[in-house]
Amino acid sequence: MEYVSPEGLRLDGRRPMEMRQIRAEIGVVAKAAGSALFEMGNTKVIAAVYGPREVQNRSQQLNDSALVRCEYTMANFSTGDRMRKPKGDRRSTEISLVIRQTMEACIMTHLMPRSQIDIFVQVLQADGGTRSACINAASLALADAGIPMRDLVTSCSAGYLNSTPLLDLNYIEDSAGGADVTLGILPKLDKVTLLQMDAKLSVETFENVMQLAIEGCKAVATYIREVLLENTKQLEYRRGI
Amino acid sequence: MLQNKSFVKRTRGGKITKVVREHYLRHDIYCGAPICKVCDTSQARLSPTPSTILIFDTNVVLNQIDLLENPAIDDVVVLSIVLEEVKNRNLSVYNRVRALCSNSLRKFFVFSNEHHKDTYVTEMSGESKNDRNDRAIRVAAQWYQSHLAGSARILLITNDKENKRKAIEEGISAETVESYVRSLSRPDLLDLLVQPASEDVNMEEVEDLRPSKRKIIYTEHKPMSEITSGLHRGIYHQGKLRVNRYNPFEAYVGSESIGDEIIIYGRTNMNRAFDGDIVAVELLPQDQWHEEKSLALADEEDEEEDVHLVPGSADDAPWTTAQPPGSAGVTESISSRPSGRVVGIIKRNWHSYCGSLEPMAMPAGSGGVAHALFASKDRRIPKIRIHTRQLENLLDKRIVVAVDSWDRLSRYPSGHYVRTIGQIGDRDTETEVVLIENDINTRPFSSQVLACLPPLPWSVSSEDLANSIRQDLRQLRVFSVDPPGCKDIDDALQCTSLPNGNYEVGVHIADVTNFVHSDTPLDDEASQRGTSVYLVERRIDMLPKPLTEDVCSLRADVERLAFSVIWEMTPEAEIISTRYTKSVIKSCAALSYIEAQARMDDSRLMDPLTTDLRNMNALAKIMRERRIQRGALTLASAEVKFQIDTETHDPLDIGMYQIREANQMVEEFMLAANVSVAEKILKHFPLCSLLRRHPTPTREMLEPLLRTAAAVGLNLDVSSSKALADSLDSAVADDPYFNKLIRILATRCMTQAVYFSSGDLSPPEYLHYGLAAPLYTHFTSPIRRYADVIVHRLLAASLGIQKLPAIFQDGTRLTSIADNLNYRHRNAQMASRASVELHTLIFFRKRPTDTEARIVRIRSNGFFVFVPKYGIEGPVYLTPRGDKEGGEWFVDEQQQKIRKMDGSMSYSVLQTVFIHLEIVEPQPNRPKLQLTLV
Ligand SMILES: [Zn+2]
Repeated sequence: MEYVSPEGLRLDGRRPMEMRQIRAEIGVVAKAAGSALFEMGNTKVIAAVYGPREVQNRSQQLNDSALVRCEYTMANFSTGDRMRKPKGDRRSTEISLVIRQTMEACIMTHLMPRSQIDIFVQVLQADGGTRSACINAASLALADAGIPMRDLVTSCSAGYLNSTPLLDLNYIEDSAGGADVTLGILPKLDKVTLLQMDAKLSVETFENVMQLAIEGCKAVATYIREVLLENTKQLEYRRGI
Repeated sequence: MLQNKSFVKRTRGGKITKVVREHYLRHDIYCGAPICKVCDTSQARLSPTPSTILIFDTNVVLNQIDLLENPAIDDVVVLSIVLEEVKNRNLSVYNRVRALCSNSLRKFFVFSNEHHKDTYVTEMSGESKNDRNDRAIRVAAQWYQSHLAGSARILLITNDKENKRKAIEEGISAETVESYVRSLSRPDLLDLLVQPASEDVNMEEVEDLRPSKRKIIYTEHKPMSEITSGLHRGIYHQGKLRVNRYNPFEAYVGSESIGDEIIIYGRTNMNRAFDGDIVAVELLPQDQWHEEKSLALADEEDEEEDVHLVPGSADDAPWTTAQPPGSAGVTESISSRPSGRVVGIIKRNWHSYCGSLEPMAMPAGSGGVAHALFASKDRRIPKIRIHTRQLENLLDKRIVVAVDSWDRLSRYPSGHYVRTIGQIGDRDTETEVVLIENDINTRPFSSQVLACLPPLPWSVSSEDLANSIRQDLRQLRVFSVDPPGCKDIDDALQCTSLPNGNYEVGVHIADVTNFVHSDTPLDDEASQRGTSVYLVERRIDMLPKPLTEDVCSLRADVERLAFSVIWEMTPEAEIISTRYTKSVIKSCAALSYIEAQARMDDSRLMDPLTTDLRNMNALAKIMRERRIQRGALTLASAEVKFQIDTETHDPLDIGMYQIREANQMVEEFMLAANVSVAEKILKHFPLCSLLRRHPTPTREMLEPLLRTAAAVGLNLDVSSSKALADSLDSAVADDPYFNKLIRILATRCMTQAVYFSSGDLSPPEYLHYGLAAPLYTHFTSPIRRYADVIVHRLLAASLGIQKLPAIFQDGTRLTSIADNLNYRHRNAQMASRASVELHTLIFFRKRPTDTEARIVRIRSNGFFVFVPKYGIEGPVYLTPRGDKEGGEWFVDEQQQKIRKMDGSMSYSVLQTVFIHLEIVEPQPNRPKLQLTLV
């Protein structure tokens, strides 16, 4: 299968180093402490953050830091075949864990001992790269909730098909069976907090793909910062400052 | 700019789902014309000042690809929508268009109209997909017209009337292919056009000038629905049609490996099917089986018989034609085989063919257009009718022709001229024909493939030495023995005396998989090529030269990586233990067979290397003896060797290849290594090992041998390979050449050995009949055979050194890889033989010769002789060709004799005769080698 034409265009018309269109919106769930909608092309996810609040289950309470919990779900209508999937299947549990660990690494949990932060992410529409979209949405929602963080985590995926590194795989590219690297970074600190890869790559290729994913994460970070800044300006305006 | 494309799709489960895909439209897609002032012209492909820019629609590209490939057609804009449609409809045409677009000598530019913001069109309601795509093509043409604003003419080429009308309405110039080509006033280009089927009426004029008298020659093909239901009910059988290479009037349908084969006799029953077509076949009633057979044989006598090389085995031997026509005893044993007729063609395997036009005179008053008959070099292909306007020019040329159609009123299919290769008889032309015919890829390796090579110059690194999987065997006295001038040295040997009196014998094979990793472009390319091809004056490598001649080649005095099989053997050549390891070796000598033999023979030499050689030779003799005891056949083939003039590349001398003890010694250890490796990999991977088997010949295949043997009073026991080997051994006569001759005849009754995946067959079928080995594989030539590369990976995995690539888990992929290897191998062999035949012809061109020959087969009008000195075989006619009655000669079937009516003269099989070899030209530009009695 030809995923990159000799003219250098991917099936959807992007070039190998291009991301899909991204769009973010803050404060989409009024009840939550913080929330955000994040779109990468046709992948659309929503994240809502509750807390910091009292720990519900006392036995889980941590005396030196906050408890971060995450629940990842996919809406039944998010894929083409509207199938009813059991809640808490293996894939969801794994992704919940990945998101929780990634977010935990940037939340300054030691500032909020004996409290609990809940992150809910739901995929509304899936077209590849859901993990990255979830992390970006969660990051924005946490920022919206005003939870202290070391840096904004941003995530992006990159893959390797037809001997070409490709940024931000969509569903067709993702299902091609090539390598798929999902990366999460702390852009200001220049640290990697998440790195997942299925399939194998030679070291040199991997470095190229990884570099591309880092570029992608940075681009997401720039965009997220713009959105936050714009949001803050709006708030200031509304408060009449 | 973003556009969402949505469409409904049926999933595999049968559910209908709506699929939404993103579709980005861009500003940065350029027009590809260097004259453009707006676009980035760095990627521009069109000429600096094109007078006309051509845009083809999908059907034109699909049908007229041969025209597009002609250099006269240039400055073409290929739209991405056209490419996409072509790809969906015909992958091979797609690949050819792509090759044109990437060819730097041609000016084909791909314009991604589907992603350009101004040329993308959305489907209108009620518009069919085809109409939408036609509109997209017109929109793109219009865009070009306004974008280049008159600096070039944009011409849309379409044969679709509606599309052309709309285009002209919209202000785009449009023409049909025919009218465009006519406007170029290049009559030769008109030859390239595919003839629409309706023109068949004209074609018929050659056969019968009165169109009203056209008769139906073939039965109608059944409609697809009927075929499907027939297949379902079991009255039709589906399979690939394979035409007998030596008798084009006989074909087989059946799965290549399993089940009964159905024989199709004669062109009428083949009903327009070509070799390689997937067909539906209906069985004939049993009482017709015999009848059909004799019919086919009657046809056969019309065919030309040429002098050719002696076949190596039955796969390329005409064993069915070996039976003289009308011999009752033979047909009876055959008639038990089901025969059938083709009722429909499920998938065509038409491609282009090499050959030449049948000699003919230019017809008068035909306006320069001639209807000619094209005869392919490949005898399995029927003659093809073509129109040509350049008959004079083509008669003495080798040309390529493509097939377009075959209706049931025409005896022959019709096609069109594609290109000229060169002068008939010219060495380069004929070599190219050989390569094209055998589908051999001679293109240079692509840059992606070359990018996989290690940095050069390469040498063994300290990491290689430190690697725990690799044993350092540099201190061992390793040497190689190969044909003189061999540069791609796959194998090296070693024989060390151990203190306990035993020997440590090592076979060290180039560690190719250390450089060729699976799933790389290099690996894909090698897997496709399958094998290196050896022609008389040229070698076409499977791997790029730096690997074959340097990095992998186990040359003398340099350190190289190897994969070693090491045995401890008693002086009686009993294997005590076997181990396998990756290693580093340093060969101390690269000997030729002659040198190695000379060393062993020279009793004054007592140096360690010579001693090793003698020890190995002693072991090899015992191993060989034991193998023969087990029933391995020592078959003889007639390998020919040329001495080639380095200046002109013409053959100077020709002779049989001499087999020395040294050759046999190396062969013996290679066989042993292959067997040891086969055992090891099969033990670890019983379902996915690549092995090589040699099927037991059926009695029917041995029939010609038995008949010949019986005629000379020899009784051969063919009940097992052991029995056959023994009776071949006892076949001696006063005549010293007799035994060899019988062995040569036996060899050609054997089928060829084939590769297979162990998961596809059961262990008894793994047998290698010729070697009398229950298991066999290829391990020892990874530089020039891809099978060995696979086996190296299997062996490494069985040792736990490397993980087995994922592909080994896919049974169907493995089977298709084995099929491809068998195909490539056979083609490589056919090509080498054809190359030898070509050089034989060139050799005799200036040297008419008288020599000794043996009669190997009696025919109704003469006999076939084998010429031992030159390894060739050909017909000798006693009566002039075409004289069907045989005149004053008659054949004694039982005794395999041909006698003169008056009893004054007779010739019998295996008799020695003296013949005269000379190149004659019975028809202009058709040189052939003729054999006549002296
Ligand atoms: Zn332009």
